[in-house]
Amino acid sequence: MTWAGFAQQLINGISLGSLYALVAIGYTMVYGILRLINFAHGDFLMVAAYLGIFGLAMFSLPWPVALVAALVITGLMGALLERGAYRPLRRAPRLSLLIAAIGASFLLENLALVFLGGRPLPFPTPAVFAGSFQVFGLYIPRLSLLIPGVTLILLAGLFYLVGRTRVGMALRALAHDGEATQLLGINVNRLISLTFVLGSTLAGVGGLLWAMKYPQVNPFLGVLPGLKAFIAAVLGGIGNLAGAVVGGLVLGVLEVLLVAWFPAWSGYRDAFAFILLIIVLLIRPTGLVGETVMEDKL
Amino acid sequence: MDKSSWWHRLCTFLSLGLLFLLLLAAHYWAGDYYLRLLNTTAVFITMAVSYNLINGICGQLHLGPNAFVTLGAYTAALLTLTPAEKQASFLIAPLVWPLSDLALPFPLALLAGGLVAVLFAYLTGFPVLRVRGDYLAIVTLGFGEVIRVLANNLQTVTNGPMGLKGLTPYTNLWWSWGVAVLTVATVMGLKKSGFGRAMQAIRADETAARAMGIEPFRHLLLAFLVSAFFLGVAGGLLAHLITTISPTLFTFFLTFNLLIIIVLGGLGSTTGAILATIIITWGNEWLRVVEEPLDFGTFRLPGIPGLRTVIFSLLLLVLIIFYRRGLLGRWEFSWDWLFRKIQGRPDGG
Repeated sequence: MTWAGFAQQLINGISLGSLYALVAIGYTMVYGILRLINFAHGDFLMVAAYLGIFGLAMFSLPWPVALVAALVITGLMGALLERGAYRPLRRAPRLSLLIAAIGASFLLENLALVFLGGRPLPFPTPAVFAGSFQVFGLYIPRLSLLIPGVTLILLAGLFYLVGRTRVGMALRALAHDGEATQLLGINVNRLISLTFVLGSTLAGVGGLLWAMKYPQVNPFLGVLPGLKAFIAAVLGGIGNLAGAVVGGLVLGVLEVLLVAWFPAWSGYRDAFAFILLIIVLLIRPTGLVGETVMEDKL
Repeated sequence: MDKSSWWHRLCTFLSLGLLFLLLLAAHYWAGDYYLRLLNTTAVFITMAVSYNLINGICGQLHLGPNAFVTLGAYTAALLTLTPAEKQASFLIAPLVWPLSDLALPFPLALLAGGLVAVLFAYLTGFPVLRVRGDYLAIVTLGFGEVIRVLANNLQTVTNGPMGLKGLTPYTNLWWSWGVAVLTVATVMGLKKSGFGRAMQAIRADETAARAMGIEPFRHLLLAFLVSAFFLGVAGGLLAHLITTISPTLFTFFLTFNLLIIIVLGGLGSTTGAILATIIITWGNEWLRVVEEPLDFGTFRLPGIPGLRTVIFSLLLLVLIIFYRRGLLGRWEFSWDWLFRKIQGRPDGG
């Protein structure tokens, strides 16, 4: 492969990896606090994408309004999901919580199927985000720069929030020891709701960008990206924010390069992430970055 | 053998006889629709009971039964098709050699389906059973995905996305219910044995079980292999019931349905799983109404595809939030219990 070709694939990989990273952050935050794999997390990509279609195509809102509205509603739905399905199970065995998450995921997907139909809808990408340009003979879609850019800004904001603010300190305390945090007079329920709002909003951004990149929106849009983002979170060390970003980028780049180098294997692309997951769990279960102790890993 | 145990065996024997008579009646008088429903019920009992061995009895969340079902279905289907039929369906690329000339009778094909699933479980068990909890769930979920991708891409073995068509409908009441009874007997026997008690100890507290000298890996692997075998056989039965299989047939949706069944029945209860299978498979048929167009004479309500899954997802959520123990919890139906109830003796007397 030529250097130009490699660079081209690398750009594609980074753009895909940034999307995984955005979604992986939500998994890792919820896992850090509730020790729950939020199976329904991936479906918020789909929710945001449909909301984007409504805002842009049905109500013909200007794109900033439509996209922000989609994100706000997605974030609130995330909090609602926690309130309705996960909070009643806070003291239940963890497997029950996981089963509830699977149920919630199927509920979201099939509600979309019932109300919006199974036929994929085109996503009306605003003109600002479309198009491409050429640099050094490389063909770069505008989105391929936009996606990592947006990811970078959001992550910087999130890292600031978690690392430098009082709310962030409370979040870290909660991840470390929930009961002690509660004893200190911190409103744990509000913090958990905030986590879900943040996570779902980031997933929503991921969903909107995903829908611009692959402009066919169907009720099951979020399933595969969701699973892969979760794998990215494990790859980086679940519970670790920086790890989720690293894991997302690694997974995205590897996936794209695998297909570029071995075109004959492109059909196996979706299996690759899972095989990588098994290898990581065997060799380095704490992930690439993580040093977190995982209590239920023997 | 004491007297009550002799009675229990007689009762079990008599109820099996009753099942036989019912099936015989169905064999002669039931229409195609009910035959199919009865067969589906039996195959789902096999799947749910063997799935419950891992999720309920061992307490490990396994999300990949569809992988084993797919393996069993493809293996059995490839073995019962005659070489000529196989040549006719593999249009894009011919089938690889030993499979292309091999044709086995149905029972042997079923057995082979089960054994291939066991082999897969054995090979994957070593890495996978080292992790627990959420990780086990996501890795096993990955099995289903990996197997689906393989079924889609290994053109020379699975015929790719076109799948296998025109299987002879060998699955009848006797095969499906025979396997179901065998599965239930095996899983119940296993649950009562020393191995089963060790598995339940692992579910209750793995560290404590270890301290008592139970090796979790060995017991979980055994459960994993037994469960894989019956899931594989069930896959073979399902393939020869539907007669057409493709990579999209056994998705995570199948796992989801099995999960609802065992949660409804009570995680860990074999008799609960049977009861819940009957409720869910028959309920699923009755609910078909909501997806079909309704005619009110003057106006017509269009059917809503997917509504049944919405109902079932809500059911799963409601069950897990408000009624986590399911219908039977970890309790098993037993003749002893029935006799006590009939005679009005208190429990445990």
